[in-house]
Amino acid sequence: MKITVDEDKCCGAGQCALIAPEVFDQRDEDGVVVLLDAAPGEEHHGAVRESAQVCPAAAITVDEDA
Amino acid sequence: MTDTAATNTADLPEYPAPRDAACPFDPAPAARAEQAAGALRRVRMPTGQAVWLVTGHAEQRTLLGDARLSSDVTNENYPLPVDRPRPEESSVGFILMDDPEHARLRRMVASPFTVKRVQALRPAVQRIVDERIDAMLAGPNRADLVQDFALPVPSLVICELLGVPYADYDFFQRNSAAVINRDTPLPDRDAAMGALFSYLAGLVDDKAGSPADDVLSGLAQRVRDGEIDRNEAAKIGVLLLIAGHETTANMIALGTVALLEHPAQLERVREGDEATVASAVEELLRYLTVIQSGLRRVALEDIEVAGETIRAGDGVLLGLELGNRDARVFEDPDTLDVHRGARNHSAFGFGVHQCLGQQLARMELQVAYGTLYKRIPSLKLAVDAAELPFKHDGQVYGVYELPVTW
Ligand code: HEM
Ligand code: SF4
Repeated sequence: MKITVDEDKCCGAGQCALIAPEVFDQRDEDGVVVLLDAAPGEEHHGAVRESAQVCPAAAITVDEDA
Repeated sequence: MTDTAATNTADLPEYPAPRDAACPFDPAPAARAEQAAGALRRVRMPTGQAVWLVTGHAEQRTLLGDARLSSDVTNENYPLPVDRPRPEESSVGFILMDDPEHARLRRMVASPFTVKRVQALRPAVQRIVDERIDAMLAGPNRADLVQDFALPVPSLVICELLGVPYADYDFFQRNSAAVINRDTPLPDRDAAMGALFSYLAGLVDDKAGSPADDVLSGLAQRVRDGEIDRNEAAKIGVLLLIAGHETTANMIALGTVALLEHPAQLERVREGDEATVASAVEELLRYLTVIQSGLRRVALEDIEVAGETIRAGDGVLLGLELGNRDARVFEDPDTLDVHRGARNHSAFGFGVHQCLGQQLARMELQVAYGTLYKRIPSLKLAVDAAELPFKHDGQVYGVYELPVTW
């Protein structure tokens, strides 16, 4: 799995940082997403998929085959 | 445009429609009937304007994520909730504006609302919740849970974050309520908005002289640096103050009514661990969806969705209370199930305007629900649920008063 995030799209709602805190964080100054781990282990895949699904700004892209 | 002034809208069903007094937690039966008929329906607003009502969960998300739908209140076709002259600018900051200006302003005040900053506030919120419960228990054994608990908790929290003196609580609470209630006569609504604006503008000025570690001081600094004008700063203050306490207060009170009316569910929350309480918060957000009567948008271009074409200039309402009861997404949607574990509800909206304060709201609700029923296990309604004054007229659903004993 390979993750990319689009900082320009992100509205800092924090859904990802709530659901998968090992993978996503937020910049302190404006809440924009910080990708902590672009290729997280198997155990995080479920939470990453859920984060991408509930992200309100479609700022998280998950490539399952990479 | 599909609808011009010449189109006769009288035959269209009205939205919002009245709820059934016997089912105060369920969306209006007439709105449910529209939902059963399709994901996109034509309805008439109280102003007479014909608009699309989006009833499906998936369609709402698709549309709220589409930049061709605008929140710009100055657009001549943006659906105003009440009959009034079109405003020349948003009086409540970026919630009624589009990107890129919306994103620029939103990011200026996003810092205190991140997951980490909110978690750091949890002990302070726990203290506030405990103090309010102590005060209630020290008084007579009959209280109004709205005035004594549900309103003060989020108000104290947002005052602290913004840097608004809690001593002014009566003033801003009265004026916020006047702004939010649909039935407030227009001159009174404008007067209330004006009073809140002057108040926040004055605070921004004060903070410029003696800054503290709060949101208004941050905005005052940006005014000084020329990033934003005083007018815009004050309007963002008004937005955060109103959005930050009315919604959460209604969730605390209405959630308590819902749990008291579903004792088995209440038992699970009372006995449950932190994860159970967190799951109950998501379910109550979904089940109650206190932002009623639809998020409002206007189409900037033609948009194809669910086999229909929304034309440029059409008004669009997104009935969140309907999408959150969509049986295609939520099994048995009318059942309150605190173990459901569904985080894909739309109670905070969707798209770039999705609630900025949602992590704060979640945490406040977790602490409030997670503490109140444990500390007052015998809590019960002091009147029949059918007699409660529900906020049928509000943009935010809830109860005006919640008499309880224990
Ligand atoms: C349970 C409580 C709450 C609910 C149900 C709720 C719901 C919502 C919804 C549905 C929207 C989207 C409006 C739209 O798209 O047009 C929104 C926006 C917003 N909410 Fe909340 N909210 C809650 C609590 C809070 C709190 C505690 C704050 C704190 C300040 C807050 C601040 C905001 C702001 C600033 C916006 C505008 C965001 C934007 O336009 O980018 N809300 N809220
Ligand atoms: S969920 Fe999406 S919008 Fe929210 S912080 Fe994460 S990437 Fe940004």
